[in-house]
Amino acid sequence: MSSDSFIELKNVSFAYGDRPILQDISLTIPRGKLVAIMGGSGSGKTTLLRLISGQVLAQKGQVLVDGKDVGRMSSRDLYQHRRRMGMLFQFGALFTDLSVFDNVAFPIREHTRLPESMIRDLVLMKLNAVGLRGTEALMPAELSGGMARRIALARAIALDPQIMLYDEPFTGLDPISLGTIALLIKKLNDALGTSAVMVTHDVHKSLEIVDHVYFVAGGKIAAEGTPDEVRHSSSPWVQQFVQGEADGPVHFAYPAGNSLAEAFGIKGETA
Amino acid sequence: MNALLNPIRRLGALSINAIWRLGFISRFFVAILLNSGQSLLRFQLTIREVYFAGVLSLIIIIVSGLFVGMVLGLQGYNTLARFGSADALGALVALSLLRELGPVLAALLFASRSGSAMTAEIGLMKATEQLEAMSVMAVNPIARVVAPRFWAGVISMPILAALFNVMGIFGGYLVGVEMIGLDAGTFWSQMQNNVDLHYDVINGLIKSLFFGMAVTLIAVFEGYDATPTAAGVSSATTRTVVTSALVILALDFVLTAFMF
Repeated sequence: MSSDSFIELKNVSFAYGDRPILQDISLTIPRGKLVAIMGGSGSGKTTLLRLISGQVLAQKGQVLVDGKDVGRMSSRDLYQHRRRMGMLFQFGALFTDLSVFDNVAFPIREHTRLPESMIRDLVLMKLNAVGLRGTEALMPAELSGGMARRIALARAIALDPQIMLYDEPFTGLDPISLGTIALLIKKLNDALGTSAVMVTHDVHKSLEIVDHVYFVAGGKIAAEGTPDEVRHSSSPWVQQFVQGEADGPVHFAYPAGNSLAEAFGIKGETA
Repeated sequence: MNALLNPIRRLGALSINAIWRLGFISRFFVAILLNSGQSLLRFQLTIREVYFAGVLSLIIIIVSGLFVGMVLGLQGYNTLARFGSADALGALVALSLLRELGPVLAALLFASRSGSAMTAEIGLMKATEQLEAMSVMAVNPIARVVAPRFWAGVISMPILAALFNVMGIFGGYLVGVEMIGLDAGTFWSQMQNNVDLHYDVINGLIKSLFFGMAVTLIAVFEGYDATPTAAGVSSATTRTVVTSALVILALDFVLTAFMF
């Protein structure tokens, strides 16, 4: 799998201050594949995306994209790297002062010198791809959550990226919008041949569309495999996650360090 | 002992924090200057912000200027008449506006109208990940969002102050000549004789240029630096208005000491 890997993390560690987020993590995303990273909230999934986009830098290890280490890029190279990359933010992050048309046109206008008529064609093509042609005059505030997410997707693919990063693309959507977004992600990924990383905790929808899954827990890869392997995994951790049980290998309670009785001062008077 | 030391400690922490922020804002200023190419080359970006910061402030500037001038006319007339020099009303109105009231009041109004709006807008863009989205799209938010707003403020402020002066002088004229009945010829010729283009008018505009830079820098910095939450944006907006007001008044003293 590593022979045609497009994105590769090698022994990456990352901490915010002295709070470790990722510890010695290694994973690969093959060219043209859609890979999901799953894990509970706060497990460091989003940090993985930020490492790939170069928004944060690994303190140890390497983040290789197409053979180049993101951590060692000059700011010029980093901008070059980001031009080949599209990112779908959790809530879309559309520019609220621009119309739908201008939002999708934004990356094209910033990075190319195309004439306005061609920009118009491109934008309409992208909007058509997400099924929202005809909305170009609306402002982001006039869109529903699902529509905003699709417009953001159109903006992310405006420059036909080689890498797509999806940050929780399914959060806060109704089942129909969720299904639409999942279908679009799958369809666009196949059509554009992008290598994509999707961070999510929606197990069932993701397993339908991705090629490979990594589970992250406690800053480490807890399990990995194809969707079929994951569904039939014997690992109690994976089963807890897939079934959505409250307690299991991942504990329900935050590790407080002492018992409730101790916290109330019932025991441990001597301390 | 602790009770004695705590206020001192807090004072120390406040001073250190203030110096840190002064350092941040200076570096931010340099970053804006270095990334200003786009706002000058793609000037329509800046023009758009001039519309939001300057054109939309016209009403408040015009109305306030008119009333300030009218009050100056009334108060000035009462005082001058006591010394039998009501003829000098034109000069009094024009000089107080051109040298002090115009630049200072226009800047205070600008800070509360446009400065707070800039802070809130940039702060909310940060809170909704728009700035991050921009930087992930390989577009530098300082060049694309911050610098055009900064230059728009620098361009708008002297023009707004000049407009404030004009409206103020007109207000003084309305009260002095139309209402009280001073001789129009005396009003204008006194003004003409006592106002020097360089010494009074240009110095006043230079003041407002400095105020414009200070207010807009504070506004965009507070927005960019805001904690990306509702409470964070609200306190950043408050800080913009308070800090701007203090800086305008302090800067006014320094500039006046140098100029006049």
